[in-house]
Amino acid sequence: MSVVSLHAPAPDGDFHPPEPVGAEARAVVTRLRRRAGRRVVVVVLGLALLLLALMAVRILLGRYTVTVGDFVAILGGTQIPGASFIVLEEKLPRAVIGALAGLGLGAAGGMFRRSLRNPLASPDVLGMTHGAAAFAVGALAFGQLRGIQMAAAALLGGLAATAVVLWFSAGTRRDTRARGIGGDRFIVAGIAVAALAQAVVAGAMLSLSLHDLQTAAIWTAGSLNAASWERITMLGVALLVLLPVAGWIHWAMAPVDLGADLAHGLGTRPAPLVLGALVTGAALAAVATAATGPLAFVALMSSPIALGLTRGRFSLPTTALCGACLVVLADFVGAELLGVTLPTGVLTGAAGAPLMLWLLLTNSRRGNT
Amino acid sequence: MIPSDPSAPAIRLRGVSLGYDDALVVDELDLDVPLGGTTVLIGANGSGKTTLLRGLTRQLPLRSGSMSVLGRDTAGWSPREFARTVALLPQAPVAPEGMTVEQLVDRGRHPHRRLLGGRRADDTEAVAGALERTGMVEFAERRLSELSGGQRQRAWLALVLAQSAPVMLLDEPTSYLDLAHQLDLMDLVRDLPDPRDPSRRATVVMVLHELNLAARVADHVVAVHGGRVAAQGTPSQVLVPEVLADVFGLDADVTPDPLLGHPVVMPRSVADRRTGRITPLERAASAG
Repeated sequence: MSVVSLHAPAPDGDFHPPEPVGAEARAVVTRLRRRAGRRVVVVVLGLALLLLALMAVRILLGRYTVTVGDFVAILGGTQIPGASFIVLEEKLPRAVIGALAGLGLGAAGGMFRRSLRNPLASPDVLGMTHGAAAFAVGALAFGQLRGIQMAAAALLGGLAATAVVLWFSAGTRRDTRARGIGGDRFIVAGIAVAALAQAVVAGAMLSLSLHDLQTAAIWTAGSLNAASWERITMLGVALLVLLPVAGWIHWAMAPVDLGADLAHGLGTRPAPLVLGALVTGAALAAVATAATGPLAFVALMSSPIALGLTRGRFSLPTTALCGACLVVLADFVGAELLGVTLPTGVLTGAAGAPLMLWLLLTNSRRGNT
Repeated sequence: MIPSDPSAPAIRLRGVSLGYDDALVVDELDLDVPLGGTTVLIGANGSGKTTLLRGLTRQLPLRSGSMSVLGRDTAGWSPREFARTVALLPQAPVAPEGMTVEQLVDRGRHPHRRLLGGRRADDTEAVAGALERTGMVEFAERRLSELSGGQRQRAWLALVLAQSAPVMLLDEPTSYLDLAHQLDLMDLVRDLPDPRDPSRRATVVMVLHELNLAARVADHVVAVHGGRVAAQGTPSQVLVPEVLADVFGLDADVTPDPLLGHPVVMPRSVADRRTGRITPLERAASAG
């Protein structure tokens, strides 16, 4: 068969068709893939077991201990005076809402980390949780809204902060739009919105009554005190909707790890994927924050811990479970182990701040932005 | 698989314009990239080579004109289908920190995966084949950051090979490599088989700055100037003093390589022409 085409190169005598793939190469690749796949499965299962163990500790131990037998009996419907109330209205809802909020925050951190390709990019650094706090405290101060209504305001605030940050960071030039939301612009806009939201919180606090001030202070510190089955249901439903969407986007974003040019070359459209990842991530962070108040740095801490456990492989279930374990652990330590009772967010903040500084240092040393 | 017309060029552009915002960079360009073999795009900085490459990957939408790949109009191809046919190695790509060679090469299989799909036997085969061809099997577990520049560039090339696309676009793949590693990589690129018909060579389109390297590796050279094709043909047809003067504003002598026969470009400055100087080293050599 003659190949007729313009300027076809002369048949090349040097060219030899390739040999079939060698057994050694195939064996190496097969071994590496098995090992990597096994590692992620082991990490996810291990974290799931750890989460269950931490929840069990949270429910059974502490100042008021419950035996396993009593706990099972209470779940089965037996009324044990005192214990039933403490388990069903206090300990169990706290453990469950902590786990759910942690899953949401961890997944949010994972979405931001992968889409912005920056370890410092996290919804609790970039203003999403601050926006939620500003709207919640504002609703309390100026609208006299409390409880679930305050949570709704928080959700709205988180999404509003995201919209503002996206609007500022989206390029106006066609070229930048085609290449996706610039990581640096997004981060600078996020930090500005976070600062603005904190100013709003501080201003709104001044106009609160003493009683409301206490409510606002506890809420903005991030606490599981307001755990209720109503909130758990709402957060659970939101996560059921958002997590599968996040999972799909996270999977589809794999080529984006290699930059916008290669992401295009590998058959994805990075700009809408990154936008989708940021919106989903912000929504996850906002629903979690609406339920519990801002739990500082949980999203920020989850992704580096998860990446360490999986040896650099992005895995959304791993990041989400890391977030859940962190929140339940912090709640137990804050409520039971210290002399004073501290809001959960204070503990996660105390753990996260040094980590953030360390990330900043290692990041700038490498010369990245 | 996409039905392809064997008599059609690998890529055909007709009246293609590309640009950013108000700036039109590529203007009504016609181009045929032959099927099989290596086509090298040359041109001065700002001539529109990189923009043209962005158009070829469909990263930039066509302002006007049409493009067909393997005889089929590309309008309406899904991004994933296009990526199974045309692969790109961008200039100076960056991998996430801590990524291993095998993990990187595995990303090349993304356009072949089904929704949320895991790895399949043909993925293993393609990744193993790409590692083997680039000589990276022994480095498969290593992190990219631990590799030398030459090894790293081979790993990136392996990523493109794992994509198993019959057309490969490489944007300045030899930047940051020393001369020996440049030759090494070019020889590797020249011998790449077409993944859909391994008895023939793959179609490779490369942007190269180094003209002598282009002359050595290219079957077909396309000189781009002012967003248009200024000249095209074999290296001996394109790399002639008149074209070099037009396209690069470069005064040069061209002589055939004594061993391989491809043209060798020797740039001359105004001072060179005036003095016709011979360096002391050359004088010693000609005397001895």
